[in-house]
Amino acid sequence: MQLDSRVPSGPIETRWQRRKFEMKLVNPANKRKYTVIVVGSGLAGAAGAASLAELGYNVNCFCYQDSPRRAHSIAAQGGINAAKNYQNDGDSVHRLFYDTVKGGDFRARESNVYRLAEVSDNIIDQCVAQGVPFAREYGGVLSNRSFGGAQVSRTFYARGQTGQQLLLGAYQALQRQIAAGGVRMFPRTEMLDLVVAGGRARGIVTRDMVTGKIETHVADAVVLATGGYGNVFYLSTMAKGCSATAIWRAYKRGALFANPCFTQIHPTCIPVTGEYQSKLTLMSESLRNDGRIWVPKAKGDKRAPDAIPEAERDYFLERRYPSFGNLAPRDISSRAAKVVCDEGLGVGESGLGVYLDFAEPIQRLGRKTIAERYGNLFDMYALITGEDPYRVPMRIFPAIHYTMGGLWVDYHLMSNVPGLFVAGEANFSDHGANRLGASALMQGLADGYFVLPYVMGDYLAQTKFDKLDPAQADFRETHAGVESRIKRLLAAKGKRTVDSFHRELGKILWDNCGMGRNAKGLELALAKIPEIREEYWKNVIVPGVNEEFNQSLEKAGRVADFFELAELMCLDALERDESCGGHFREEFQTEEGEARRDDENFSHVAAWGYQGDGHRPARYIEPLIFEYAKPAQRSYK
Amino acid sequence: MKLTLHVWRQKNSTAPGQFVRYEANDVNTHMSFLEMLDVVNEELILKGEEPIAFDHDCREGICGTCGSMVNGLAHGGHKGATLCQLHMRFFKDGDEVWLEPWRARAFPVIRDLVVDRGALDRIVASGGYVSVPTGSAPDGNAVAVPKPDADRSMDAACCIGCGACVAACPNAAVALFLGAKITHLGSLPQGQPERMDRALKMVARARQEVFGYCTNIGECEAACPKEIKLDVIARTNRDFLRASFTRSPEAKQVAG
Amino acid sequence: MSTAVMNLNSNRASRFYDTTIGKKVVMAVSGVVLFGFVVGHLVGNLQIYAGADKVNHYAKFLQSMPGPLWGARIVLLLCLILHVWSAFELWLLTREARPVAYKKKSNPNSSYASRTMIWSGPIIGAFLIYHLLHFTFGTVLPNGLARLENGDVNVYQNMIVGFSQPLVTLFYAIAVSLLGVHLYHGLWSMFQSLGVSHPSYTPRFKQFAAAASILISVGNISIPLSVLAGFVR
Repeated sequence: MQLDSRVPSGPIETRWQRRKFEMKLVNPANKRKYTVIVVGSGLAGAAGAASLAELGYNVNCFCYQDSPRRAHSIAAQGGINAAKNYQNDGDSVHRLFYDTVKGGDFRARESNVYRLAEVSDNIIDQCVAQGVPFAREYGGVLSNRSFGGAQVSRTFYARGQTGQQLLLGAYQALQRQIAAGGVRMFPRTEMLDLVVAGGRARGIVTRDMVTGKIETHVADAVVLATGGYGNVFYLSTMAKGCSATAIWRAYKRGALFANPCFTQIHPTCIPVTGEYQSKLTLMSESLRNDGRIWVPKAKGDKRAPDAIPEAERDYFLERRYPSFGNLAPRDISSRAAKVVCDEGLGVGESGLGVYLDFAEPIQRLGRKTIAERYGNLFDMYALITGEDPYRVPMRIFPAIHYTMGGLWVDYHLMSNVPGLFVAGEANFSDHGANRLGASALMQGLADGYFVLPYVMGDYLAQTKFDKLDPAQADFRETHAGVESRIKRLLAAKGKRTVDSFHRELGKILWDNCGMGRNAKGLELALAKIPEIREEYWKNVIVPGVNEEFNQSLEKAGRVADFFELAELMCLDALERDESCGGHFREEFQTEEGEARRDDENFSHVAAWGYQGDGHRPARYIEPLIFEYAKPAQRSYK
Repeated sequence: MKLTLHVWRQKNSTAPGQFVRYEANDVNTHMSFLEMLDVVNEELILKGEEPIAFDHDCREGICGTCGSMVNGLAHGGHKGATLCQLHMRFFKDGDEVWLEPWRARAFPVIRDLVVDRGALDRIVASGGYVSVPTGSAPDGNAVAVPKPDADRSMDAACCIGCGACVAACPNAAVALFLGAKITHLGSLPQGQPERMDRALKMVARARQEVFGYCTNIGECEAACPKEIKLDVIARTNRDFLRASFTRSPEAKQVAG
Repeated sequence: MSTAVMNLNSNRASRFYDTTIGKKVVMAVSGVVLFGFVVGHLVGNLQIYAGADKVNHYAKFLQSMPGPLWGARIVLLLCLILHVWSAFELWLLTREARPVAYKKKSNPNSSYASRTMIWSGPIIGAFLIYHLLHFTFGTVLPNGLARLENGDVNVYQNMIVGFSQPLVTLFYAIAVSLLGVHLYHGLWSMFQSLGVSHPSYTPRFKQFAAAASILISVGNISIPLSVLAGFVR
């Protein structure tokens, strides 16, 4: 299959401007004749649904949460990047573009990233006007802070709750459109399949999570803004309900899945305490500004941290990366922690943890200064662990945090299935192999507010739609498929819970397709996953019936999809014989243990196409061309 | 440690409910409250019983999905924490724990501990926004916002919409939630043009949803996991009073 | 959705009153007036300590202006009705808003006074009726209203007679204490309901409410106690 990215030609600075002019428009009076489905109500979904409704389209918006305000965008802490250059420190659209491409280890599409940087300024303006209470200076102007991977101060923030505040802005815009009748909201409704009719995405099949009713919704276009698939690992920083079901169903209906193995691991999360652990909690990256990371030099050193003398501690980040030290980028810090834990030097009961120590900065700066900078994070840590980080070093360990991979989309955010748009974390487009801090919020809102409204009009204006009704074959078959899957899950009546399978899958994936990957491990995972999946369908126990509020059934369907996705991730990781960003193949490293990229053979997007159950998916390639950001080796020594 | 749980079980919104007793035999002090329920549920499923339905999502205290009354206290009563952040080390071996859903007419029970909080969304839809269509915003620094105003706004904007204020209020009033949104937007210059209408519309909507009335007693403030202060309620009252006496009847007609 | 859907066509006042805040404002404003009366009433009656002539003269002075007196009485009665009526409606609303009660509920943050307004209110109301029958109509005084030689009511004598009965004094003490409890929350709540709130003044409002309620209770209780103890005879 030839992948047409529809990237405009010409100077990169003018591409989006010119494309906007080239795009077809829908007459204002005709907009209300079109119906658009938006699945997901996070930053991309809520912003997109509200903006499309403002234009006059009929929008049906779906979310699995009880309210659109609860989408997981809400959990983002740090901030949102924009090239405003309010600090006069040399920032520009081009610099934000370059930093993002470089941060992504040169595996993202230049034109998309440039557009992202270009509209980043509009996002800040829009959010301020909506009443997002960004941090301010005493003079009343917007405040900025620095973030990893950049030498300028371009991150806007609202305390440690930037994602929440941006989402509430989008949510309020969405609620306004709901009240105005432009959007019909379907909360507690989960998309279980995509309907492709006449070669176009024309609807979805959903389950009402309160009554169990399976319904078919017809539309002229479908937008998936359903977030990332990090929960495939079972333990991640994602919300419990986050799933891959929407994008996975779309994949099985023909949409290509790009770079599934590109997952981001965040270095500073609170370690796992036991088998019952249900999720991981992130501690902001900012802690590494002052905290020092170390492990004991001797294996099995079970002394209390303050009993270990300075000489017997290994400050491994400071040792390996003297110039960046504890502030080395996410992927590098995470891997370094894994290395010491693999050597048996990890701390805590499980041995999976490293110390993040504030004793020295507290002595140097005083407890008060440290409390001012990190007070709320220290409180959160103390609440969860019961330990006082002012006295005892924090214990941290890396955790799955974000997925750069996702459904393949072109410059118009449209997948290879016409009429199927994918926005936010659910698509693959802007972050390459590694995402920089404070860029996820930027991408979600860019897609929702400033890209979807244009590309949607262009698609609708150009397309002749057949009149469809839910009784026709494509819809009936998809509907029946959803019902029979649910019946199968309920009928298994086996002996193991959904969670026990999910935990087992997560462990295999974390061990073999997590921070460090190698061919042997990936092959092992590829052999094991289908075995467990087979057992799953026979031996899972899902209590209750479909026609009720049934949380076990919801989980069961999601985990079934995770099994299939996990296999594709391993396959993709195995095929990509290089190390780049979050994808670290142990066979491909420099003598110092750093990632070795292979631009000759892998400077491309790998987009996988479903070929039927039991068949190996097809791997298609979209070559990446770098005209403005020339690939270079990342060094943080 | 071991705990005895008394959990409200209710099949759906119309079925009658009752308390059912469960023993949680293997509770680890590192568990969160919801993880303890996960473990109880796993056992129930393996015994062929239906697990306890409870709402949850982010499990880090920000999404506002979780929440139940634990021994008569919303979110278990730990200062500044949601139920998912409540850890089992705050309990003792042998404790009896009563678990009930939020109870309010505006929050009908869906199942067990799960309630429908759509009323809160409808209150926001009635006026809890700034009408600014995408693309029509001036530069972010075009209007200076004094830092104290931005801070006050943020103090209120951190509301997570969990409904604990309603649940803890002896009158099932929604005053703190309402006040948080009114204060969030009303403290900023961007929220001024619609400030009066917002107060009229949102207060009227809260009445339609049949929430109770505020007696200024402060249980909501104590229950709020984001520690939103009671003065947001005075602010609602102030805006509403001013709007009631200053807005023209036509404007109010629109607002109604 | 609601048994009391807003009528969009009704007039300004009724739409205002239909909201919970509107009712609370009515309650607060009528409460202010009633509080003013309580203060005035106490100040007048404390003149008992200045001797029989003083307090009787005060009563005579009030009676000498039937216009303002009846005006004030009508306003007070109206405020009382509004106060009680809004409270009653809000009480009904609470029952409507939480039809199923909690099996377990603890209220760690609120004062006892604030949670019992709906009970202290009616008890004070009942006391008010007794108080009127006692000293205004004399119905429950042992020998009816005592009068001076010129036919004017001997307020002083009535108080001495009325408060010489220990049970009556006890009832007064309880009722007036409840009034203090009611005011302790009511006075602060009034500011809040009318939207008067400020981080640096709100604590003062609370201090004011506490001080005023204590002074009013103590002042009012002192009169029957002084009579019973024989300080005033």
